Amino acid sequence: MNYSVRKFDAVIVGAGGAGLRAAIQLSEAGMKTAVLTKVFPTRSHTVAAQGGVAASLGNSEEDHWHWHMYDTVKGSDWLGDQDAIEFMCRKANEVVVELEHYGMPFDRTDSGKIYQRPFGGHMSNFGEKPVRRSCAAADRTGHAMLHAMYQRNVKANTQFFVEWQALDLVRDADGEVLGVTAMDMETGEIVVFHAKATIFATGGAGRIYYSSTNAFINTGDGVGMAARAGIPLEDMEFWQFHPTGVAGAGVLITEGVRGEGGILRNAQGERFMERYAPNAKDLASRDVVSRAMVTEINEGRGCGPNKDFVLLDITHLPPETIMKRLPGIHEIAVQFAGVDALKEPIPVVPTCHYQMGGIPTNYNGQVVVPGKRTQSEIVPGFYAAGECACASVHGANRLGTNSLLDLLVFGKSAGESAVAELRAGNRTHKPLPQECIDQTLARVNRLNTQKGGANVHETRLDMQRAMQKHAGVFRFKDMLAEGVEKILGIAEQVGQTEIADKSMVFNTARIEALELDNLIEVAKATIVSANARTESRGAHVRDDAPDTPANPNGRDDANWLKHSLWYREGNRLDYKSVKLTPLSVDSIELKTRAY
Amino acid sequence: MTVSNSRKLHFKIYRYDPDKDAKPYMQDIEIEVPATDRKLLDAMVTLKAKDDSIAFRRSCREGVCGSDAMNINGKNGLACLTDLSSFPEGKPIILRPLPGLPVIRDLIVDMTQFFKQYHSIKPYLINNDPLPERERLQSPEDREELNGLYECILCACCTTACPSFWWNPDKFVGPAGLLAAYRFIADTRDQATSERLDNLEDPYRLFRCHTIMNCVDVCPKGLNPTKAIGKIKDMMVKRAI
Amino acid sequence: MNRIVVGAHYGLKDWLAQRITGVVMAVYTVILMFYLFTGGAASAEAWRATMSGGFMRFISFLFIISLCYHAWVGIRDIWMDYVKPTSVRLTLHTLTLLTLVGVAGWATQIIWRL
Repeated sequence: MNYSVRKFDAVIVGAGGAGLRAAIQLSEAGMKTAVLTKVFPTRSHTVAAQGGVAASLGNSEEDHWHWHMYDTVKGSDWLGDQDAIEFMCRKANEVVVELEHYGMPFDRTDSGKIYQRPFGGHMSNFGEKPVRRSCAAADRTGHAMLHAMYQRNVKANTQFFVEWQALDLVRDADGEVLGVTAMDMETGEIVVFHAKATIFATGGAGRIYYSSTNAFINTGDGVGMAARAGIPLEDMEFWQFHPTGVAGAGVLITEGVRGEGGILRNAQGERFMERYAPNAKDLASRDVVSRAMVTEINEGRGCGPNKDFVLLDITHLPPETIMKRLPGIHEIAVQFAGVDALKEPIPVVPTCHYQMGGIPTNYNGQVVVPGKRTQSEIVPGFYAAGECACASVHGANRLGTNSLLDLLVFGKSAGESAVAELRAGNRTHKPLPQECIDQTLARVNRLNTQKGGANVHETRLDMQRAMQKHAGVFRFKDMLAEGVEKILGIAEQVGQTEIADKSMVFNTARIEALELDNLIEVAKATIVSANARTESRGAHVRDDAPDTPANPNGRDDANWLKHSLWYREGNRLDYKSVKLTPLSVDSIELKTRAY
Repeated sequence: MTVSNSRKLHFKIYRYDPDKDAKPYMQDIEIEVPATDRKLLDAMVTLKAKDDSIAFRRSCREGVCGSDAMNINGKNGLACLTDLSSFPEGKPIILRPLPGLPVIRDLIVDMTQFFKQYHSIKPYLINNDPLPERERLQSPEDREELNGLYECILCACCTTACPSFWWNPDKFVGPAGLLAAYRFIADTRDQATSERLDNLEDPYRLFRCHTIMNCVDVCPKGLNPTKAIGKIKDMMVKRAI
Repeated sequence: MNRIVVGAHYGLKDWLAQRITGVVMAVYTVILMFYLFTGGAASAEAWRATMSGGFMRFISFLFIISLCYHAWVGIRDIWMDYVKPTSVRLTLHTLTLLTLVGVAGWATQIIWRL
């Protein structure tokens, strides 16, 4: 199989929010940058984010980054690294204002400032009462943001390689990252992008679950590539189930609906969140709300003929508010739930939404792995940002609107770090390791020649069903152990997938098979890490880690206040400590989490 | 999935793989899809599970990414927003690639020309004032001007339904690009209105719009490029007299 | 080299002219209808009298000029859409222009002869 080599200062994989933000940094610094993306940039899944981006601008009421930091640490169930969280919350205003300067059409307050709405888990004065912190453009914040950043990149003349599928990380024997191999989907041509800096911004892998708010393209490509290159994956057991996915369709309904006054009701019409979170009610953290919903359904108070969903009610809101602040939701309800949200409540269920874990990085966006001297040694030439990375600011549970903030802050800092490194002249185009490239070619070649192998669609479906069943909102000891066996079995199948279509021209069957190679790494990391973590924390809640006075909510700080690190080789787990020391303020003390 | 819970669909799909086909053809396919398949895209995914060689773009499946634009029974639209129940019983569902752009394969078109036109209107905010430390202020009324403009998802349904674009794809900006042009003209923060108008003052770029209004008819987001084009023309007239 | 050259800067003028000439033709049609329905064309004599009036001559002349200009923009657009080779297109433009000018002259002559 033939391939060619192209040289760049930097290569960015992914052109969603994080990739575009990093690209702005590199292009404006004049670096020769290639941005690879498997879909046209504005089709990346950042486009589907709805409710807003968090920043303590204080445009409608008093707010402070320190309160935001507190909420984020508490939301993470203390698994987030406090240095990174402080860094992110302090940078929030800067990066959001930058977006406004790029031309993003934020909604406005009467005084002309950026409009802010309340969001789950965001409180004022260290957890006192909900605060307006989510900066929004109607319920299309992600769309407005992604387009504004793409437009800024057009202005900066960023060089995009649109519809290129990245295949593997090129990492040499010293552990340095030298670029990626990628395939031009239109022609099937393989090119090695030889770069001094490689930034992964490939997004999450929500498609490992059967029911997901995620797009078809969210297949964890960067995470899978990193795992194959020997990089451990951090905290992969933590998956956010968004409380309000449209029942049946999985399409996201923003938490901003509850921020604007929407209420969750069970079959009896009861506002059940009052029982689970007396203070924050419907605006409690997502893991809390999702579990409450599943509990209601499990206890027989679900709605519909099968009692398998609850209702999101906005019929009491003024129609003008809905049409002005939530026009997209109105559209989605009609399209995917078949209801007019002005008149009827929307059927919703918790749906897999966000991957809290990912490629371990520090707050500069540099990828870090345990080394000989410390547990966080920088991988030279390798950066990651956005959902594929784990900085770790979300810990065991992410707050709504912190994902858009994450991709802005760490997209920018990864870009800045790469620029600094390139300017310092520390990086050269080291010789490419042939065996690494050969492995990629062998993988593609195997797929092209496989006979009597497994069907890609069915294998993927098996994986998704297994993940849904064995690693859902509530997790059970026996089910997890069984799930590990199942997923490892399915992984064998993934190694032998077969495609009928062998065309070189825009072969989407081949792309789906290559994506499955990445998905399965994520699924393995998730189920193995989840099986090992015998406590309940944030989004990871198990039956054998119940709420006791010694371990409130089942959280076992004595044994499990640590990050999981899963290695693909040998399916091995390692752990590293949580950074409890922020950059400038006092550590936020461990506390029982209640809303 | 039981048989009673499924629905039989008859597709006629435009097929062309330059790697093996000498020329394009329409393929007849009959398929049972589960009742849970509500949208056209769901059925197409079911179809692709059976025959992995059918190539089409798709991503968000909720009408915001703009990937799965195609020509459905003669009218451009997004597969993910098209209800299967909207198709008449007993008639085939005819799927073709978006018209007016070169076909790469099956339902996948080469959108280079479309994006070239989008890029030609300088789709970014131009404001050379020193940057304020905080956000630039904009009144809610001024912000309202952007509604119906900024929501475009660049799916190309409108532009590829426009006869003026079919005849002059290289010179006529097309409805999507012109909508974007007006999005920046209408933005009180943008300072390049004159330049933007100059950029469009040409017998082709703007004035090939003959208010045929196919764009309005097909826009899956319910936007109105013709109205935006009319507003650009109004501004040009005001400027000229 | 096959560079796409745009920016001729007469788009607005022609677009506006086409609308204005359209209005002129519409108004003329209404006036003509009025004369026709009030017996202005009851006989060949009445018709000649109507059309040879000074005001009628003036607006008929305006109408002819408007019609030709309107047609010029419209037909030129058709050539621009369908005829790509520059030499052929220029020839067609010229022929169209000459024809329209000829028609306008001829029609004016007829009106003034009445």
